[in-house]
Amino acid sequence: MNGEQPTRRDFLYIATGAVGAVGAAAAAWPLIHQMNPDASVQALASTEVDLTPVKEGQIITVKWRGKPVFISHRTKKEIEEAVKTPLRDLPDPQTDESRVKKGKEQWLVVIGVCTHLGCVPLGHQGDYHGWFCPCHGSHYDTSGRIRKGPAPLNLEVPPYEFASDTMVRIG
Amino acid sequence: MSGPSNFQPKSPILQWTERRLPVLGLMHSSFVAYPTPRNLNYWWTFGGILSFCLAVQIITGIVLAMHYTPTVAGAFKSVEHIMRDVNYGWLLRYVHANGASMFFIAVYIHIFRGLYYGSYKEPREILWILGVIIFLLMMATAFMGYVLPWGQMSFWGATVITNLFSAIPGVGQKIVELLWGGYSVDQPTLQRFFSLHYLLPFMIAGVVVLHVWALHEVGQNNPAGIDVKSDKDTVPFTPYATAKDNFAMVCFMIFFAWFVFYIPNYLGHADNYIPANPLQTPTHIVPEWYFLPFYAILRAIPSKLGGVLAMFGSIALLAFLPWLDRSKIRSARYRPLFRQFFWIFVITCVGLGWLGAKPAEGGYVIASRILTAWYFLHFLVVLPLLSYYERPKPLPASIAESVLGNQPMAPANVKGSS
Amino acid sequence: MKKNTLLALGIASALSLATASAVRAADAHAPQPPRQSWSFSGPLGKFDKAQLQRGLKVYREVCQACHSMNLVAFRTLGQPGALGFTEGQIKTIAGEYQITDGPNDSGEMFQRPGRPSDYFPPIYPNEQAARATHNGALPVDLSVIAKARTYEVGFPGFLIDIVRQYQENGVDYIHALLTGYSEPPAGETLGPGQHWNKFFPGHKIAMTPPLDKDRVEYTDGTPQTVDQYARDVTAFLMWAAEPHLESRKRIGFQVMIFLIVFAGLAYFTKKKVWANAH
Repeated sequence: MNGEQPTRRDFLYIATGAVGAVGAAAAAWPLIHQMNPDASVQALASTEVDLTPVKEGQIITVKWRGKPVFISHRTKKEIEEAVKTPLRDLPDPQTDESRVKKGKEQWLVVIGVCTHLGCVPLGHQGDYHGWFCPCHGSHYDTSGRIRKGPAPLNLEVPPYEFASDTMVRIG
Repeated sequence: MSGPSNFQPKSPILQWTERRLPVLGLMHSSFVAYPTPRNLNYWWTFGGILSFCLAVQIITGIVLAMHYTPTVAGAFKSVEHIMRDVNYGWLLRYVHANGASMFFIAVYIHIFRGLYYGSYKEPREILWILGVIIFLLMMATAFMGYVLPWGQMSFWGATVITNLFSAIPGVGQKIVELLWGGYSVDQPTLQRFFSLHYLLPFMIAGVVVLHVWALHEVGQNNPAGIDVKSDKDTVPFTPYATAKDNFAMVCFMIFFAWFVFYIPNYLGHADNYIPANPLQTPTHIVPEWYFLPFYAILRAIPSKLGGVLAMFGSIALLAFLPWLDRSKIRSARYRPLFRQFFWIFVITCVGLGWLGAKPAEGGYVIASRILTAWYFLHFLVVLPLLSYYERPKPLPASIAESVLGNQPMAPANVKGSS
Repeated sequence: MKKNTLLALGIASALSLATASAVRAADAHAPQPPRQSWSFSGPLGKFDKAQLQRGLKVYREVCQACHSMNLVAFRTLGQPGALGFTEGQIKTIAGEYQITDGPNDSGEMFQRPGRPSDYFPPIYPNEQAARATHNGALPVDLSVIAKARTYEVGFPGFLIDIVRQYQENGVDYIHALLTGYSEPPAGETLGPGQHWNKFFPGHKIAMTPPLDKDRVEYTDGTPQTVDQYARDVTAFLMWAAEPHLESRKRIGFQVMIFLIVFAGLAYFTKKKVWANAH
């Protein structure tokens, strides 16, 4: 073999290998991407709920994206408790105001999934009269904010809007 | 597996591992240092292509099973869900569906290559029989896979094929009910077919390991059909065979992609886009193309049990081939008569395939009977007789010589060679 | 093996694999539908969005009286490679359908206007109801009809179709069927509710001739003829059956380019490797 041939040959080998690797990577993408939420799942991402039958002091649970969503029709007392709580007492400081829609403070809409490890907390329970997660003892207040226990964050507020006074559209 | 294995990794970590589990050495001796005859032509690349096909089917199949629902009410819909909503679902399904056909195209080429070059002969009998087993498993897998979309052809194909077993005297009906899990093809049938369709490819993979093991034990056959005699006759698997296999595989992928992207339903049946209806049979039931020759044999025999026996017999016969063809010369290159009969046999198989797609009436039936008879005569009469009466051409002295084109030796002794 | 071996085997395998697809969908007496030119055929084929929109209009104003399309969701009308509708237009279309939903809190099923995530609703509550309305005949669901129909292509046409990438047999047939009505030839009698169609296997079809001149109003100046209606609605049905056709062909083109380049490199690599072996 003469002197210049090996370099030409090496280049050819590297190019072939590289193109092969690119092809393999491109072929892998559909195999991975197929696991992402499909078009029908993405499309079902909104739920409408009629609030007329929900009495004051009652919490209902509806399903949105396969998860429970709590809709709490809060009493005056519960709202007051939530508003009054100083931010420094909160592990994840958020005002009650920022967690509800203005003028609709009686309605609290949160995703009913404990931010610790994903259990569903129980309503009207715990030290702060909001929710209590039976799995690992996290206590949430009447605004769904974490107060005590292992959970790091407040119950998440899903995107939602009031389609009318008595109709809420989640998602 | 054979091949020089004085493989010693450089990295101390790998050396440590290698002393405890010599898997790199095994890989090295099997796929790098393994000596391959230097005269292998492109017909020998189909082993690698078939491994590729199996891998593609298993990977796309696992992925499709993540979205498929094996229920009578949900199967058709879930397949359409894959086609419409799952990200790249259409691609995965079309690759899987056409992949089955590609697998069979490759396996038929592989089988006919073995037949032409006498790859079934001593000492490769076990290797050959393992291949026949793989072929049978492939057929079972493909058949059950075709049932899963639960279209009209799925349903009626399943009905017809499972009913084959009712031909068994006495217990036939009981066996069919056992296969069905009921009194007709229904939910239990679909669900078990799904389970088995998932299982069988892994069994195929297992037998493939044995097949490759046996291959590496006895060494590859080659176009000259003579044994490897010295190092001059071989080249190391890597880079020689790998480079060649790689090129052949990419060419095969182009052929594959042509179907997947441009004519994905060409090899399928339009009727299978009609949801299964147990009350109405499609006007023309035709199996997938790769079953057509056997389907033609089934229909050629005017008795139910006879047809079923002939069909299964036509495949089982392959396993006995090493003992039917007693000629010591392997390659058809040096067997002028065998070569002609080989091509007649190829035409017979293609003819049976064509007849399998035709309605069972009139001239088609007569033609099917003639070709079916020839199929069996080829194996049971022609090959045994040829072993005794054929005068082979002189064999080259060595593989190296056959490649480099030296003068062949004096005529080889039929009985003594190989 | 020799070169002619390759050729023979190639023909042999092509022959055997292609015979299967030459399923005899049409009866021997039904003539082969004439091949039409479709914007979506061939390696670079694309749907004509305006045509699909007209086709949807024909479907909604004519076919939908009897035929459902259960597998097609409204949202898909706007996805890439589809009809090109905006989200607002899709909401409007979906809202014109009544969808059965429920049960509500009192356990009742109820009707509500459709949303983009809904599917074209069924026309009849069940198959029996559909048959009862149609003299025992069942108006089939049209979601995948364009792939569920075909016709036999004889030798050697079916081999040429592989090379030509011709897979528009289903739409050819539907177009032919929609335009193939006529009076029965002398000597043929039709039963009640039957019609004569040149391209229908057996010729006696329960579907009344669905299209008449000017039956559907086109606002873009396209001629309002039976042939044009049939063409448009058939193209729409092809989209409905194969909504990802455009991306399939686009990705296919990229894959082909890639594989040809890769094959070239693999070939030269192989040549180099073997150069010193001979």
